[in-house]
Amino acid sequence: MARPKANDRLIRISLLVVALSAISILAIITIFIFEQGLPIMAKYGLKNFLLGQDWFPSEKSFGLLPMIVGSLLVTLGALLIGVPLGLASAIFLTEFSTRRVSRILKPVIELLSGIPSVVYGFLGLMFLVPFIRETFGGPGLSVLSASIILGIMILPTIISISIDSIRAVPDSYREGSMALGATKWQTVRMVVLPAARSGLVAGIILGMGRAIGETMAVIMVAGNAADLPGSLLAPVRTLTSNIALEMAYASGEHRQALFATGVILFVIIMILNFLANLTARKQSRK
Amino acid sequence: MKKHFRLKPRAEQKVIQILLYMMTSVAILVLIFILAVILKNGLPQLSLEFLTTNPAHMGREGGIFSTIVTTIYLTFIALLVATPLGVGTAIYLTEYTSERVVTRIIRFGAECLAGIPSIIFGLFGFILFVNKLKFGWSILSGGLTLAFMVLPTIIRTSEEAIKSVPAAYRLASYSLGSTRWQTVTKVVLPSAAPGIATGVVLSIGRSIGETAAVIFTAGSALHLPSSIFSSGRTMSVHFYILAREGISMPKAYGTAAVLVIAILMINIITYYLMGKYISRTSPE
Repeated sequence: MARPKANDRLIRISLLVVALSAISILAIITIFIFEQGLPIMAKYGLKNFLLGQDWFPSEKSFGLLPMIVGSLLVTLGALLIGVPLGLASAIFLTEFSTRRVSRILKPVIELLSGIPSVVYGFLGLMFLVPFIRETFGGPGLSVLSASIILGIMILPTIISISIDSIRAVPDSYREGSMALGATKWQTVRMVVLPAARSGLVAGIILGMGRAIGETMAVIMVAGNAADLPGSLLAPVRTLTSNIALEMAYASGEHRQALFATGVILFVIIMILNFLANLTARKQSRK
Repeated sequence: MKKHFRLKPRAEQKVIQILLYMMTSVAILVLIFILAVILKNGLPQLSLEFLTTNPAHMGREGGIFSTIVTTIYLTFIALLVATPLGVGTAIYLTEYTSERVVTRIIRFGAECLAGIPSIIFGLFGFILFVNKLKFGWSILSGGLTLAFMVLPTIIRTSEEAIKSVPAAYRLASYSLGSTRWQTVTKVVLPSAAPGIATGVVLSIGRSIGETAAVIFTAGSALHLPSSIFSSGRTMSVHFYILAREGISMPKAYGTAAVLVIAILMINIITYYLMGKYISRTSPE
């Protein structure tokens, strides 16, 4: 009788060890990135990293402000494009289209969510960049191109999560509202969307995370000049591209400065996630 | 406030409906355009030869055989490591513990890990596997980095799959005198299998499409990898280099088409598995 019990304990302990893998990996990643990035930030001063505008690694000038601004700008742009289109599509497909249309289109959209980001970047380079260059002037490789490509890239994520959360709103809510004489749109705006809010916010957060963390697609269309962009048509470099562009040949302090870029990216993402989770939780409690 | 006209809400509804229709069309047309362009330009490049010969002259000529092999190796290692860890975590969270501090920490870890961008995984893999552990740019370094990246996906999907196994199954198993482990392995896991498989297949898709985490850990050597310690170039990395360095647009389209078709097939399998899983777990 003692043996199964002893076995059970052994299994429980080994499973606990396995279960701690995710948090351990998170800890190891954090430690490694910070261990590599912090010393150089301490040496040259955090302020110079965060507010310096000049990135000349060969001259020991490691200002990351253009890349911080670049990342935030491009992510905001992506949300401005992806969120309205995504929400509109989700609302249309759940509330205004026939069941057959949404039954066909939802899987199609979900299938598209697996397309690798490099593919989006490539098509941006082939079609969008020349189009913007010819229509609006400038080099084409720009804040605008990067925002549009990222906005399209996060569309499937936002659409499919929004559809799920709108569908999860019980039909009785809709019936109640319609019975009070509300039109379909009034019902959607005043009843369905507020009820689905926490799911919608979650979808947007996920899209935001994908946009700010994206690297290869952005490199292809953003132009990557390490200057503060003067307009939407100016080239821009994000934190992620800064790392990817120079990692292959960087060494010494230059490489450490790229890890410092990673540290800042890491911290920005953690702050955004924290804020987003906080608002999502607040809203779902209401 | 605005109750002067009875007709107004209806007119508003019409306008909104047209607006939503247009926006939806834009979104869907753009997505379909992407797919159509890749297939239109890529499919003519595809042939048995393209799939079975190695790239030559930096990829300007030849096929993509070695990149397909590298992709498969990397994905295989990633899942070999991530699946037991992920499923084990899910079993612990659902079957071996109730909500406590430890579970909260574990879930927090998985959630944060899911939010980390792939380039950070790349940096980390480069320092730990390539430099410190001296695996060099290799299939092993790349595979392990990908494993860490897909782990949260496998944990989440497995946990949901295990949670949705009806409690009655477990009770029946316990009442027959089985131990907890027997119940988990003989009853719970088999009925959660399609759900777990969904997570695994999704992770395969992510591994195949990943570039940033792989390029700094597996490297970009074009030859056929001879062991897990040799460097290799995955399809995504190959496509990225072909396109970004302007080496050959036709070959880039061809590679993209193979990538996209592979991922579409994987997503279709996921869909099929999910359908199976839902039909099994939903009440008759």
